[in-house]
Amino acid sequence: MPDKTIPQSGHVVPAVFTRDMLDWLPWLEPVAAGSMSERQLASLVDAARVKSDYFRLLARDPDVLEARTRTDKDIFYNPDAGLPRAERELAAASVSRLNGCIYCASVHARFAATYSKRTADVDKLLAEGTGADLGERWNAIVAAAVALTETPISFGPQHVDALREVGLDDDAIVDVINAASFFNWANRLMLSLGEPTPSVA
Amino acid sequence: MDVIDTLAGIAPGAHLDSIRRSRRPVAREHAQKSYDSLFTPADFGDFGPLERFAVAVFVAGLHGQDAIRTFYAEQLRSSAATDATRAALDAEIAAARTKGPYGAFPKGPLSREDTTGPVHRVADTRREALGPRLAAALEHVHMLVFHPRDADARSLQSLLDAGWTTTEIVTLSQLVAFLSFQIRVAAGLKVLAAKS
Repeated sequence: MPDKTIPQSGHVVPAVFTRDMLDWLPWLEPVAAGSMSERQLASLVDAARVKSDYFRLLARDPDVLEARTRTDKDIFYNPDAGLPRAERELAAASVSRLNGCIYCASVHARFAATYSKRTADVDKLLAEGTGADLGERWNAIVAAAVALTETPISFGPQHVDALREVGLDDDAIVDVINAASFFNWANRLMLSLGEPTPSVA
Repeated sequence: MDVIDTLAGIAPGAHLDSIRRSRRPVAREHAQKSYDSLFTPADFGDFGPLERFAVAVFVAGLHGQDAIRTFYAEQLRSSAATDATRAALDAEIAAARTKGPYGAFPKGPLSREDTTGPVHRVADTRREALGPRLAAALEHVHMLVFHPRDADARSLQSLLDAGWTTTEIVTLSQLVAFLSFQIRVAAGLKVLAAKS
């Protein structure tokens, strides 16, 4: 029998960007938690992700999932040099705000607020969008993330100049490029394979 | 040199080569493993190299990244794609290029930010050369590239109806999403390298 999509109905659809916890409902059938092969379980990298429909859906192609996850973790969590964690998360939240991924934006706005302690500025980004005035340094990072997210890509030498003027060295600029580019990967999966709903937890 | 180095023009020993290797070695290694898993997997299943490279040519073409498009077009040529298929793909790229991201938000306060743009439909005259699976894929891929927030379950049902399985749709989605990353990293590093 041909595969079918999963109709999702009756749930609340978040209609604004938020730092609140959201859940995610898949439109395609994830691998059942009890039917995961050893390879699929290993591809989750974090064993706790077996609870997530999103990761069990992506585990249908375990090699790609594992490589995606290890790329993600190094870009965002590797503490060696480069951009402070808060600003890597700012880039991720900005990309998600522009592409319109309410789920991704909620997660990374929470991280950006936690690590920067600049909750009001993070909320301003969510409320006003990527044109919000967040101060010189954050404005330069958001503008670079936006330019990298547009298609065709509009990132140019003027963005590098602006990032350098606010104090970023090349290690940090590489992090901006990696973080913004990675969320163009993540947003497209989250947006196209399912949809968010407020967390019941 | 890995594929990102090749696409960004980063030579061994260059300033950005050393940043990639010394600062984010795991990201560098696994970006390449992502590429390998998508384009040279141990088992292609029924989602073969021709379809994978055709989608990659389409994605690079929609981004207006000519050198990256050529990189994938050469591999498409090696995947036994016919001249008719490659010509149809090139014509689709020319017809499908636009500017993103656009799309609609869930109804409510964000609706004032809704922006409209084209929903791509493959030309009837090119469907035969592309085949039903690839034609359905290109329509979905255009949405993923330019207006991903317009995605809904119906887009996925169209793929299922055209013969894609659930697992193949996951791989197709990863392929397009990964390319959206790879193309941006390469373009960004190229700009930075020119300023170093």
